[in-house]
Amino acid sequence: MTDTERAISVVVNGVPREATVPVRWLLSDALRHGLGLTGTHVGCEHGVCGSCTVLVDGQPTRSCLVLAVQMDGHEITTVEGLSRSDNRGGQVLHPIQEAFRECHALQCGFCTPGFLTTIAAGLDARDPSVEITDEEVDELVGGNLCRCTGYANIKKACRHAAARMRDAAATDVEAAR
Amino acid sequence: MLGGDPHPVKPAPFSYADPGSVEEALDVLTAEGEGAKVLAGGQSLIPLLSMRLAAPTTLVDINRVPGLDGITAGPDGVRVGALVRHARLLASAEAAGVQPLLRRATANVAHPAIRNRGTTVGSIAHADPSGEMTAVLALTGGSVTVATPGGRETVGWGDFFLGPLETSVHGPAVVLDAFFPALPERSGTAFAEIARRKGDYAVCGAGVVVTLDADRRVESARAAYLSVGLVPEVHDLTDAVGGQPVDTADWAGAGELARGLVDPDGDLHASADYRRLLVATLTARTLADAGAEALARMEAA
Repeated sequence: MTDTERAISVVVNGVPREATVPVRWLLSDALRHGLGLTGTHVGCEHGVCGSCTVLVDGQPTRSCLVLAVQMDGHEITTVEGLSRSDNRGGQVLHPIQEAFRECHALQCGFCTPGFLTTIAAGLDARDPSVEITDEEVDELVGGNLCRCTGYANIKKACRHAAARMRDAAATDVEAAR
Repeated sequence: MLGGDPHPVKPAPFSYADPGSVEEALDVLTAEGEGAKVLAGGQSLIPLLSMRLAAPTTLVDINRVPGLDGITAGPDGVRVGALVRHARLLASAEAAGVQPLLRRATANVAHPAIRNRGTTVGSIAHADPSGEMTAVLALTGGSVTVATPGGRETVGWGDFFLGPLETSVHGPAVVLDAFFPALPERSGTAFAEIARRKGDYAVCGAGVVVTLDADRRVESARAAYLSVGLVPEVHDLTDAVGGQPVDTADWAGAGELARGLVDPDGDLHASADYRRLLVATLTARTLADAGAEALARMEAA
């Protein structure tokens, strides 16, 4: 009736994976130790810092606050899965990844994966044709701790990425005409 | 297979079950005895496991139990199932329409990533006096439905909360839902909290309900606080503002009354005196907002 180990099926960054996990493994343990996806960084390990945030079925979720066994049947996106194929053998970064690079939104980089997954999901979920507000940006970054940047450039990157996505959406509308 | 290497893991060993029905969950809880613990959203429980402040022998994960994820908003109030995530309650216009405190309070629950997973009923069952939803259950005069092997019963908030992280539910039991009564007519609400960082545990928080009479005078004013007592408490502040016209009511006086009624503890983040000051300030501020809202609702009606 109860188990200490379970076989699970998950889709990680678009790839179906089968694994047997100890039930006391956190999702962050399974990603890093089990699958070798060390892009997910583990900071406080009790939900405060946000470094380990991944997307579960598209929703930002602390990977230190769910058990790996609970992910059976679910789809997980880590920072390694934010980029898209360019169909020519390369990868295209998500607009927020590009914006982080352009705006110098990281220094040591420890917190960056959690910011990228959280902000990418937030930007993807909103109507790109509407200009992003300061309140929205604060809400996007407010659950993640950064000890280097003072947030100024992270918020700048959010606005930058939102503007790029707005331009891209406008271009798409234009092209559809 | 994964896990061949002995990687360091924070939680102490436990066994795991994910039953497919409430009855099955109660069977596992009964068979496993005192060491078994129900897991819903896990946003409070899993940190406790990782810090080894809790070491249950068995986790009974109810996430696969069907029928527990409903939000039912009716004229009497809003019933929230055990698997409704904070984010869904926050987004529910129907729930906010019947009881606006639900949206106001949920917006203050942690950060979006935590609201995506954490459940409203779970935070009530966790009975943390710094939790938003425990205070809202108390302020609205709500109740929970508890399933035990003996049947299902409704437990009012006053009988449910016994102390910090302690409820009257003992033995094999699953909290199935929470019921928040509707906001009465001619009433308004407000909710505010002070935290070191938005979304962190509140140093102090206040939820209030103001009800007016037909002459736009204050009929009643009540408040519940976060991080102030050992269990949620509802304080009646009508003595300070009752009978006063809503636009000139002595909200600051009600804040002073509240300051004398509460008995907070001091800790690393705030002294008891500072918390009393926050109670006075937040009470005055939220009552004024709630009074204005009550008036606006009366005029709209």
